[in-house]
Amino acid sequence: MKIIIAILSFSLFLCACDKDNYDPPTAQLSGKLVYQGEAINVEFNQVPYQLYQFGFGKTGAVSNTSFTQEGTYSVLLFNGTYKLLIPNGQGPFIWKKLPSGAPDSITVTMNGSQQLDLEVTPYYMIRTPQITAAGNNVTATFKAEKVITDANARNIERVNLYLNKTTFVSGNGNYNVAQVSRTGANITDPNNISLTVAVPAIVPAQNYIFARIGLKVAGVEDMIFSPVVKLTL
Amino acid sequence: MRKILSVTILTATLLGSGGCKKESEFLNVQPTSILSNEQAFSDPAIVLSILANLYNRQLDIATIKNWVTMADFGEAFPSANGNKNIVERTDWGYGDWSNWDYGYIRQLNLFIERCNAATALSEANKKRFLAEARFLRAYHYFEMTKRMGGVPLILESMQYDYKGDPTYLQHPRAKESAMYDFVIAEAEAIKADLPADVNVKSRASRGAALAMLTRAALYAGSIARYGVNTPQLSLPGGETGIPAEQANAYYTKALQAAQELMGGTAGAYGLYQKKQDLGENFASIFFDKGNNPETIFMEDFKLKSGKVHGFTTANQPRFGAEEEEGGRTNPSLNLVHSFEKLDNTFGPLPVTDAGGNPIYYTNQQDIFAGRDARLAGTVMLPGTSFKGRAVDIWAGYILADGSIVSGDQRGQFKTLPGTTTPVQVIGYDGPINGMEFTAQSGFYIRKYIDPAIGSGSRGTGSEVPFVRYRFAEVLLNAAEAAFELGQTGVAAGYMNQVRARAGLIIPLGAGDITLARIMHERRAELAFEGHILFDNKRWRRAHIVWDGQAMNQADLLNNIGTAMQRNTQPWSLWSYKLHNPGNPNHGKWVYRMQRSPVVTGANRFRFGNYYSNINNDILSNNPKIVRQPNQD
Repeated sequence: MKIIIAILSFSLFLCACDKDNYDPPTAQLSGKLVYQGEAINVEFNQVPYQLYQFGFGKTGAVSNTSFTQEGTYSVLLFNGTYKLLIPNGQGPFIWKKLPSGAPDSITVTMNGSQQLDLEVTPYYMIRTPQITAAGNNVTATFKAEKVITDANARNIERVNLYLNKTTFVSGNGNYNVAQVSRTGANITDPNNISLTVAVPAIVPAQNYIFARIGLKVAGVEDMIFSPVVKLTL
Repeated sequence: MRKILSVTILTATLLGSGGCKKESEFLNVQPTSILSNEQAFSDPAIVLSILANLYNRQLDIATIKNWVTMADFGEAFPSANGNKNIVERTDWGYGDWSNWDYGYIRQLNLFIERCNAATALSEANKKRFLAEARFLRAYHYFEMTKRMGGVPLILESMQYDYKGDPTYLQHPRAKESAMYDFVIAEAEAIKADLPADVNVKSRASRGAALAMLTRAALYAGSIARYGVNTPQLSLPGGETGIPAEQANAYYTKALQAAQELMGGTAGAYGLYQKKQDLGENFASIFFDKGNNPETIFMEDFKLKSGKVHGFTTANQPRFGAEEEEGGRTNPSLNLVHSFEKLDNTFGPLPVTDAGGNPIYYTNQQDIFAGRDARLAGTVMLPGTSFKGRAVDIWAGYILADGSIVSGDQRGQFKTLPGTTTPVQVIGYDGPINGMEFTAQSGFYIRKYIDPAIGSGSRGTGSEVPFVRYRFAEVLLNAAEAAFELGQTGVAAGYMNQVRARAGLIIPLGAGDITLARIMHERRAELAFEGHILFDNKRWRRAHIVWDGQAMNQADLLNNIGTAMQRNTQPWSLWSYKLHNPGNPNHGKWVYRMQRSPVVTGANRFRFGNYYSNINNDILSNNPKIVRQPNQD
């Protein structure tokens, strides 16, 4: 009798394993932030995007993560319909809004993996960035092109050149070993901005460094960046 | 069998006929261990004990019950390895500081309803209890508003009817201005019912109500005035942000309430000025419980009562302490050198002369001479003493060639070049980078540290109170409100009272008062008292002083005392003895500034931090709640 009960309960246990588990999501949604086909670079882990799903569960995003510093994103989803949006006040760009002021959303229908680039309108674009190392200095030259010129236009608060030991480069304390800044008021010609910063001593020593240019728009929290370049010293 | 049956029948008959109580009485027995609402609200002593529980649950952003709440914001270095994430992380979470304690609000509402319904309480008792509960409720809504902006303003206990539709229990967020209006109106309404007695400090008093009123009105005024600098923080429904045109009305209320309190009608409050040594005098405000005219409202502690705290144990100078621990909160050099010089100017501590050569000091403390006395009252400086024992903070010997002999253990002995006997080469209180409980920033905290014997031992603890409202803050509130209303002369008068107590006896004139001055004064006077975060939020400069950029030495030394000085990383100031026999400076002290290698992060206050996150559980339960701005 006892043996039978034991066998029965054990087989129930085996069944349970099978019933309770779903397959993990396999459909990949990925893409990048673009303006007229050109990628928008942002700060690592600072510009979020959200995916919402209808029908069940609690209010709130089912996925709430952020763009990489190249402006790319990727997320694994179940097949179904989702809404994707970037919350208000995030990113160095304007995301479409509803008349109520809430961020507009993009409907994403997942049926297998797909690529979806997100078109946004940045306040500025960093054009023709040239970053070079010479001697113990890194010099960057670029053009700051004002993209939004209507009532939403904003001024440049400052531009920065950041250097870091690793590929993560931004204004955040951990992500640069040296930086130089110029305020918007001190930019005489936005079509020809040049910044130079000395390379500090790197411990442990390495003969290369990563650099990129950042542009801070007045009144907007997130900066827009040029692509990261690796420089050999 | 027959016998058993008959016995059973007999017993049943006996029991049945013997039960002489009616069924309704029999089943309705009053419990002896639970008081009904009427019973509880019939005796003032019981009501007070209910109220004591509610007092005990008040919310503070910084409290001596938990030293970590003070060791943040660039003002201090956390010298405990379990808490060093404070200086390693870069961002504060959006959920930090958030509070949604409607359980507490409900119990306050229930208390007010039950106390109102009580019949056996005397009218005088009832009035005071009701006023106290309303004070606590306004206090908590004020705390929530500082963190969250407008929240649902629930002023009665809500009851679910179990009919399946809870929508009538869902309330939207009130406007942020309505929250402050509520706190101000409540304080106005209850102040007459509260005792005007300077000795009532741990229960609500008229002084406490006025102090709360002035602080709340000041906060609302500055959010209205400086909110224009950060329009993205305002929600269209007014749940966060206050329109600029309301600023003057709030400032006027803040000034009036402060002046009413200073007028003495609420009790004989004044600045604490009992001791000759001004630094000692300032430190005594926080531990002197006898006839202290300065403290208005506080959380009190009592030895041997079960309500004690371990702030002294956690933060005392570790060497020779009553417990083999301490030294956790290390005030930063950023804070230390922001204290003014006695001629009302700002400047870094003189480490080097104009030519860049080190300055040699005969006594370790000399570098801090001629500064605001609040420095010595807030920070335990190297070379001072505590409980009769010198605080042994020094980092080692500097040799003639500039090299350093130091140790990696507290009070280590080594042989110096040219000598044969080993000597102590580092203080018993450190500083040693990465070694917890030593003075890694070169300083220990002095505010709230209890000089009583036994206060530093775990079993005894300390009964130093936590001061929530004190007279100096009221003066500074009045000064700020007057300044914002254009009465700079009045503002200077209030500021000078606070400053004179700290030894800054050259008065400021009306023309000297700027917002930066007021900001600095609050930082110096109210350091570690839970103001720094809320002050910087309401002035809308938190994202400027905590901008996430690492601080280099130039950042540290420039712009001291200005409004926009960066404060993202705590710096240290280490002292060394010169070992150079034959040199006239042999044995003298030299100082070096440095940043601990543990400090890898830099504080970044994002726009989304201005109003703490309302989590998805709350949003799901109540669709009327609007989200906070600038958060994902």
